[in-house]
Amino acid sequence: MRLEANHVSFRYDRRGPWVLRNVSLTVERGERVALFAPSGYGKTTLALLLAGYLQPTEGQILLDGRPLPQKGICPVQLIYQHPEKAINPRWRLRQVLEESGQLREDMLDAFGIERAWLDRFPRELSGGELQRFCVARALMSGADFLICDEISTMLDVITQAQIWEVVLAEAARRDMGLIAVTHNRHLADRICTRGLDLRSLGASEGL
Amino acid sequence: METRQKEKTPLLEVRDLSVSFRMYDGSLEQRRLEVISSLSMTVYPGEILAIAGSSGSGKSLLASAILGILPANASTGGEMYFDGQPLTAERQRKLRGGDIALVPQSVAYLDPLMRVGPQADGHRKPRPTERRRGLFRRLGLPEEAERLYPFQLSGGMARRVLVSTALITDARLVIADEPTPGMSLDQALEALTMFREMADQGRGVVLITHDIDLAVAFADRVAVFYAGTTVETLPASDFQTGPQALRHPYTKALWRALPQNGFTPIPGFQPYAGSLPPGCLFAPRCPHRTPECEMAPPPTRELRGGEVRCIHAT
Repeated sequence: MRLEANHVSFRYDRRGPWVLRNVSLTVERGERVALFAPSGYGKTTLALLLAGYLQPTEGQILLDGRPLPQKGICPVQLIYQHPEKAINPRWRLRQVLEESGQLREDMLDAFGIERAWLDRFPRELSGGELQRFCVARALMSGADFLICDEISTMLDVITQAQIWEVVLAEAARRDMGLIAVTHNRHLADRICTRGLDLRSLGASEGL
Repeated sequence: METRQKEKTPLLEVRDLSVSFRMYDGSLEQRRLEVISSLSMTVYPGEILAIAGSSGSGKSLLASAILGILPANASTGGEMYFDGQPLTAERQRKLRGGDIALVPQSVAYLDPLMRVGPQADGHRKPRPTERRRGLFRRLGLPEEAERLYPFQLSGGMARRVLVSTALITDARLVIADEPTPGMSLDQALEALTMFREMADQGRGVVLITHDIDLAVAFADRVAVFYAGTTVETLPASDFQTGPQALRHPYTKALWRALPQNGFTPIPGFQPYAGSLPPGCLFAPRCPHRTPECEMAPPPTRELRGGEVRCIHAT
């Protein structure tokens, strides 16, 4: 199984500047790719495109040669930098996790999620705790590919290491593909099998 | 702490600060939730003090407490001094935005309905447009960025705009709360070089950050926070020396969790405000804990050129 961006170009409106221009990349199952580029070069936009939140203006996003499914839980799951922006503030965390289809006890244990937290609202937990829920939700969905957009930048290094420990173990067990956007080369060396610079993938104009 | 600094009047001194929130938990009972307790720190003119530590340990609240912009249901205890004079609510009003500037943590602090160029200029008369353009250039923001609205910026660009809003002031103390996430390494290095230049002119910088590598490269001292209090204050160079130079078990755990130093996390979580352990706040996760640790909060003591709150540290 492979996830592919095939000559993808994107702009937010018809008269706006191109954010991405003719970007192509391929990630196979089992690969973990670090995506680098200076800020403003469209890393987050590419992450949104790969996970199906945006449609390319030109070109295609393909999973095993076919467009991403429009219905059901997307097999490419995106995890954001800011967990508080990715969780419905009016849902208790149990409901947040149940949205992924199945609530896996082993995953709760791996992340050290206390059962009492499930009855809380998002504002009652810290950013590090919420990010565990976002990562757990993405992993419980049974996704084949995971896009991690700076998921541990706002966390302390102990929480960062705790979260990646679980993600890497689960990715290895299920032979998942992973794309990690990060500015931290040391982190990329630890978690990824190869690195890609967005500037080498196509003529990204940047701002 | 160098003796040279000890002779100077601190620019900012925080002594035994506590911050608590009034909360209602379902019933009409009011509850006080203490989120910062017995926290002390000092910033001298000419230095960068980095604040590192656990997410949710009260780093941003400390910034708000210094500026006097805590929410209305918060109350504070302890003492704060700026330039040797007590930092009263009235003085905070006068100093913030002038002598004390903040780089806020969230890009949501930008006004969504205002173009970022005029926004960084602020209400200063005459408009410091040329100076601001110079800052934008140094931070790698293109000239046309000044006409964009915040929603049109990437995370790293918005962050650089926030940094420029503090650099454009003549503040004597800058509190930068996570100024670099989203920036590439080059951009982050340039931003921190600019803070270093400010400090070298005799001003003070408080750098709140999770990026310990960067903090250590630019800061003079590091204060390590855990569960709302300082557990250790140390010369930044101790981090480069390695775990044997560090004093507190939590600081050592931070060092070992860095991707380049093993990437090994200690298990467990920081305790919640409201259910803090009676003794040392780190004791429940500490490999060296003894019954004594759980009896009373450890006092601050000087050790090997730093300060530590651990009875076992040597």
